[in-house]
Amino acid sequence: MPQNEYIERSIKLHGRRFDHEERTRKREARKVHTESHKAQRLQGIKAKIYNKKRHNEKIQLKKTIKQHAESMNKQKSAEQPVQDGAVPTYLLDRENQSRSKVLSNMVKQKRKEKAGKWDVPIPKVKGLDEADVFKVLKSGKRGAKQWKRMINKVTFVGEGFTRKPPKYERFIRPSALRFKKAHVTHPELKTTFCLPILGVKKNPSSPMYTQLGVITKGTVIEVNVSDLGLVTQSGKVVWGKYAQVTNHPENDGCINAVLLV
Amino acid sequence: MTLEDTFEIKYIPQAVFKVQPVTRCSASLSGHTEAILVVAFSPDGSMLATGSGDTTVRIWDLKTETPRHTLSGHKNWVQSLAWAPDASVLLSGGMDTQLRVWDPKAGKSIGDGLRGHTQCITAIAFEPLHLDKDARRAATSSKDSTVRVWDIRVRQCLFTISGHTAPVMSVRWSGSGLLLSGSRDKSIKVWTSDNGRLCRTLAGHAHWVNHLALTSDYILRRGPFDHKTTSFADKDAAYPERLASCSDDFTLFIWDFSRDKKPLARMPGHQQLVNHIAFSPDGRFLASSSFDKSVKLWDAKTMSFMTTLRGHTGAVYQVCWSADSRKILSGSRDSTLKCWDLATKKMQVELPGHADEVFAVDWSPSGDRVASGGKDRILKLWRS
Repeated sequence: MPQNEYIERSIKLHGRRFDHEERTRKREARKVHTESHKAQRLQGIKAKIYNKKRHNEKIQLKKTIKQHAESMNKQKSAEQPVQDGAVPTYLLDRENQSRSKVLSNMVKQKRKEKAGKWDVPIPKVKGLDEADVFKVLKSGKRGAKQWKRMINKVTFVGEGFTRKPPKYERFIRPSALRFKKAHVTHPELKTTFCLPILGVKKNPSSPMYTQLGVITKGTVIEVNVSDLGLVTQSGKVVWGKYAQVTNHPENDGCINAVLLV
Repeated sequence: MTLEDTFEIKYIPQAVFKVQPVTRCSASLSGHTEAILVVAFSPDGSMLATGSGDTTVRIWDLKTETPRHTLSGHKNWVQSLAWAPDASVLLSGGMDTQLRVWDPKAGKSIGDGLRGHTQCITAIAFEPLHLDKDARRAATSSKDSTVRVWDIRVRQCLFTISGHTAPVMSVRWSGSGLLLSGSRDKSIKVWTSDNGRLCRTLAGHAHWVNHLALTSDYILRRGPFDHKTTSFADKDAAYPERLASCSDDFTLFIWDFSRDKKPLARMPGHQQLVNHIAFSPDGRFLASSSFDKSVKLWDAKTMSFMTTLRGHTGAVYQVCWSADSRKILSGSRDSTLKCWDLATKKMQVELPGHADEVFAVDWSPSGDRVASGGKDRILKLWRS
């Protein structure tokens, strides 16, 4: 390792060699050939890495060429192509125009409702094994009693929930597996929002799970969509809307759901 | 108790006719293939023009409520429309920076587009009819921070006014012959209309100026047309001509623009930016629509707050008055229109029906119809 900037120092003291400019020019001119040679000869992982690098460089090069070409014909830029999402002048350049507001078309919604009330994105769900959901806890002075259950799945408990006295609590819902929010995707807008959960509407596996607020794949939950600014035909704000869970929350550590429109 | 009490009786001249509140949707006219951005009734109330994001202007027949002409020629969104005060000519401007002149009766373009602006045209104002009975001149404001004055007949730009440093969002041609422009550089400027000299700068707003309104707006718009006959109406406004401006700083200002560069009043009260304001046709009241979901009413004479009209669940985009100054109509982001009564200061009728945001509303100057258009691409006509 160099101990100092000795090369710079040498250049300052003695100057470069006389043919330095010529050599760099020639090296630069020769560069494409050497690189091409290298690209053709390399093998294995090295070739892969090198080709990837060259590919990226070429993309960048083409992009810059295109940019320069665009800036050449400036008079054309006034005639921009017609874009979607026309807005009146008073909404031009306004930020916080979240375009993710919804076409709350009541007719469309009603037609869908008629098609089947439970026409949901995930129509079939796997049954849940009781042993999988509940872990038997031993209790009593000698650990002989086995009536306590701990729920192994993600749950939703309402706001202001307090546990029963531990002595009488039959179902334990661990606080680490309690969720308050879900990532809800609007299927038409293709956008996702993190929305507070209002309740578990139906867990198709068992009505008992619905009561306990167990959230598994396929569960229909109610979410608070007031932030989305959905409106009914009469202009009232929609507050709660149903969504179906699409992932396994207990495996992923988050709830992904799709809004039922 | 005194034996004799003086009773102060206030009386205000009222309109001799009455406009019925609109209650029903008489027609849903599809045709535009993109959002409707601007809606304008002709001054005589016989025709309706709409400008849309599909680059066309459409003229609708109001008797049969059917489309009459489709005017294509623009190359981008049509965002502003203006009728000549004698309804002989329709002007349109938009994102493609050109101003187009149309013959609304024949449904034809008069010549090619007038070029000059380098960015989109935001507003158009005609010279009032009493200043020039031929309706030759019009002013356009643009996002390129200039105002241009055009001679429509000669098809020429007479002069360019470039004093603003940010996009000019609104332009007015006052009855006294002054040009007024409100810009996003926070100022309103007053210009002479014969050569575009700066008269004064009205400073006071702390943010973008969104819209300007004149007490004489309705009279100037109506031109020679009366509610009964097509004769010349009395040109004297009931009150001296005043300018109101609304801004992103949540306030409104009232100016005596022809004399003073200081505001007559500053009217705070809104909790979000004020998007649109309109004087009542008699110039007594001012209605302002804001993104805080409310419409506020102000007394333009005493320059004081009157009431807040709440009911919308989304930002209120536009507000307009009925011809008899007794009703207000507001269009909102929550997809509804609401009709408010001035006497009771309450909502009179709610008009749902649009499937998405309502961008533009207009009450016919003859008072029998309301037109509204929005993002759902459908023009709706409402009647009493």
